[in-house]
Amino acid sequence: MINEGQIIKVAGPLVVARNIPNARMADVVKVGKLGLIGEIIELKGDSASIQVYEETAGLGVGDPVISTGMPLSVELGPGLLNSIFDGIQRPLPELLKKTGDFIGRGIAVNSLDRNKKWDFVPKAKKGDKVSTGGILGTVAETSLIEQKIMVPPGVSGTIDEIKKGSFTITDTIAKISGKNICMLQLWPVRKPRPFAQKLPVCEPLVTGQRIIDTLFSLAKGGTAAIPGPFGSGKTVVQHQLAKWANADIVIFVGCGERGNEMTDVLIEFPELKDPKSGKPIMERTVLIANTSNMPIAAREASIYTGATIAEYYRDMGYSVSLSADSTSRWAEALREMSGRLEEMPGEEGYPAYLGARLADFYERAGYGICLGTDERRGSFTIVGSVSPPGGDLSEPVVQNTLRIVKVFWALDYSLAYKRHFPAINWLISYSLYLNSLENYFQKEVADDWGQLRGDALRLLSEEAELEEIVRLVGEDALSQREQLVLFVTKSIREDFLYQSAFDPVDQYTSLKKQHLLLKVILTLYGEGLCAIESGVEIEKIKNISAMAKVARARFIPEDQAPKELADLEGLIKGEIESLKGAVK
Amino acid sequence: MTKDYQTITRIAGPLVIADKIEGAKFDEICDIELPSGETRTGQILEVDGDKVLVQVFQGTEGLDIKNTKLRLKGRGLELNLSPDIQGRIFSGLGDPIDKAPQIIPELKRDINGSPINPCARNYPNDFIQTGISAIDGLNTLSRGQKLPIFSGSGLPHARLAAQIARQAKVLGGKDKFAVVFGAMGITFEEAEFFMSNLRKTGAIENSVLYINLANDPAIERIATPRVALTAAEYLAFDLGMHVLVILIDMTNYCESLREVSAARKEVPGRRGYPGYLYTDLASIYERAGRIKDKKGSITLIPILTMPDDDKTHPIPDLTGYITEGQIILDRSLDRKKIYPPIDPLPSLSRLRDKAIGEGKTREDQPALANQLFAAYARGREVRELVVVLGEAALNDTDKLYLKFAEQFENRFINQGENDNRSIIQTLDLGWELLSILPREELKRIKDDMYEKYGKNKTS
Repeated sequence: MINEGQIIKVAGPLVVARNIPNARMADVVKVGKLGLIGEIIELKGDSASIQVYEETAGLGVGDPVISTGMPLSVELGPGLLNSIFDGIQRPLPELLKKTGDFIGRGIAVNSLDRNKKWDFVPKAKKGDKVSTGGILGTVAETSLIEQKIMVPPGVSGTIDEIKKGSFTITDTIAKISGKNICMLQLWPVRKPRPFAQKLPVCEPLVTGQRIIDTLFSLAKGGTAAIPGPFGSGKTVVQHQLAKWANADIVIFVGCGERGNEMTDVLIEFPELKDPKSGKPIMERTVLIANTSNMPIAAREASIYTGATIAEYYRDMGYSVSLSADSTSRWAEALREMSGRLEEMPGEEGYPAYLGARLADFYERAGYGICLGTDERRGSFTIVGSVSPPGGDLSEPVVQNTLRIVKVFWALDYSLAYKRHFPAINWLISYSLYLNSLENYFQKEVADDWGQLRGDALRLLSEEAELEEIVRLVGEDALSQREQLVLFVTKSIREDFLYQSAFDPVDQYTSLKKQHLLLKVILTLYGEGLCAIESGVEIEKIKNISAMAKVARARFIPEDQAPKELADLEGLIKGEIESLKGAVK
Repeated sequence: MTKDYQTITRIAGPLVIADKIEGAKFDEICDIELPSGETRTGQILEVDGDKVLVQVFQGTEGLDIKNTKLRLKGRGLELNLSPDIQGRIFSGLGDPIDKAPQIIPELKRDINGSPINPCARNYPNDFIQTGISAIDGLNTLSRGQKLPIFSGSGLPHARLAAQIARQAKVLGGKDKFAVVFGAMGITFEEAEFFMSNLRKTGAIENSVLYINLANDPAIERIATPRVALTAAEYLAFDLGMHVLVILIDMTNYCESLREVSAARKEVPGRRGYPGYLYTDLASIYERAGRIKDKKGSITLIPILTMPDDDKTHPIPDLTGYITEGQIILDRSLDRKKIYPPIDPLPSLSRLRDKAIGEGKTREDQPALANQLFAAYARGREVRELVVVLGEAALNDTDKLYLKFAEQFENRFINQGENDNRSIIQTLDLGWELLSILPREELKRIKDDMYEKYGKNKTS
């Protein structure tokens, strides 16, 4: 045969083939008799290096390779939500039907269901002038999310015809300047979908996690990294974000992680209710699962697949958040392919372009005005976890990530060891969005939000210094005020920062309640300081009866929180006041 | 007839390179025949034009370039399977070594297996009672979980693994249970200890053993865990049994992998281990699990010795990133003659919260376990303080914590090798120990639980 190439070398996931007709960089090819999916990653003379997205056992020299002539692309259209895909967007339930409980090879399936009919409601009308990104109509994709059907990239003109009714994703729904338009779009995964205009961020992504929202807030359209050694709770934090963050759409990319963790997500998410709408969270979620034992090249592709789907929903004007767990596994896939290509290694065997690839990925996040004419705004937030070997934060993936991301939640093994969760270390974590978000917090929550956060952080860093002294000479050597600091910060740590992911009340705290809770604890400091100055002994302050209530305050249900917390604040003030009275 | 090639051009370490080979496939198995008539098994690691790179499981000692023959088998490495494998002992490649006849295979399976579709998995949430308080109470094991034991040389990990194999059971379950034991490079004594343990309890009848001893070929170890897991998959998902797989010692496995990688002159990752160590280990560990609509399950307990007790060494580090937690043995506890010397603080079972509590063990366990952790952690901090300041500097509460930590180690963690505690005994013991501390220190416990379970113990 003339129109197929031949394999000349097989080394793990890397295959080299010769004489592939029309071979172009980054095109998808079918490898071997089984038609395994691969992508061209290097061309040299008439030979092409291919990374194969499936297990390559059994391939031999002379086996055929055919180019599809298309770069690796994802299918975009109704039916994405509520789905679970592998790294190259093959729906896992379909694979299950075709090859059983274990994943077979060389299976070609459509990413989106071609037979399902969707009710298309036109929003544009005949004669309208439209361009790329303009909204033609909507489809109720799930009971939670309305998918907006947009004019596909590169198309503009006048609507000749637009239909209404029930269609599959490949049926023609409109005609624009003579061109038939269907709901299905294709987009190459490695190419970011464009904004009309990128804007600075201005709104927080509310997660209900107290240490994140109050101390190290993330913005809609921002980027964050969660590095931490194993067992420090990265995945729990990622799950909490996926469950509770106030994004319209959540994309969860399980990239080279545990199979049972994905199963947990698959079982748990359909049962979880969205805190606002009461509908199952799955209705706004897309899962991409490429577990650690699935082929490594598909792991490399999985985060791009996720990002492209995220951008598609962002283009509709939604706020989208993507969790990638873990980018270290993705970097390792990069390293393995680079090694097989015999490229010159950079640090720790990672390719020299690791930093550039990471930057490309995180830079796809953002907030801005979408293409189209209605100036709708969408955002795409990325939270990537990093799994540094041995918890060593100086390794290349962490360091390259930190150069790009704006929020850093450092998970700390020693906190996890004390079962303090989320084990985010408050001394080294940071958020660079605080200034951009200050306005929002002042307007939506309380004027003293920034003030309280500053006070809390100051006390916590003073605590770290005092701890050193205590370790050397004992607590009694401290002044009364310093002992008060330790007493208050203990309460900040245990009653505010500590948050159980499994308690039905504690797992999500609204911004309002977070503010009140922190205010109660800091009242203790303000009033306590005053009392010490008027001669009250610190031990007496420690023993006020309100402390038992402070310890239980995080379990107060949201609806009762404003009243009970205000009462508690009053109680503290009252008790300390009477201590002062007793001194006089 | 398959063709014999006498075209070997190079032999280096465990690797053989041959050329002028036609139709070789990646991952294919070949026979390597020595002039003496001895046959060894090789696996193709790379095909480049007509050149192949072969790793020889039994090592390359005695091979020569001129007379050694190579024969392609046209298939991957397969394992013979039938229900008769139970009660048998095999080599690390799956050949019988117990002087009993060959297995008549009902089917053959490629030892590499295929990844379980995440959609087909069922979440491991059935509590397994091991009868060991430090595991059951704090770092609970579930059916289908992979929970490694991180040990060090000289620590009693083999005794602990044998005790788990003997005592493990699911509450109220009468399902068929089997043990698959894969040994990589352990000594004869260690292997014999396991076998005699299994024989003593009669458990050997439903056990399958794949044994590669310290003096067996090192490269064979690369196949052993895969062979053991292929057998386990057969028992679990074809025959519907609940299989406990014990792999000992994963450190030896990784060292063999490093040897091959170095011989191939690959760019090394940390400490000379190949960059794909994570992926390779995942292809082993991830074979544990449960599948929807299938009765059986695979619970995996890999054991590894941390070189120099260093948890950040690549082998324990990468293992910890794949497995659902870890049980860590501690040398200082062992020195205090505490058995099993499980340090509960760095140990972790990620699946614990789904396997305990109401309907699984007892409703008070989640809060109780958290409180025990917190209190023991505090007790240990106080102990460090004592080293610096002396006991006199402690306040009353701290003294209680110190007492708690002592009692916790001596009564809760410490237990006999044949002491099989029920989960109820373990939990009650936990409450009893917490009674050392005053109520206001027990912050992780809500009032209703305290009233119901804690109060009568603390009064």
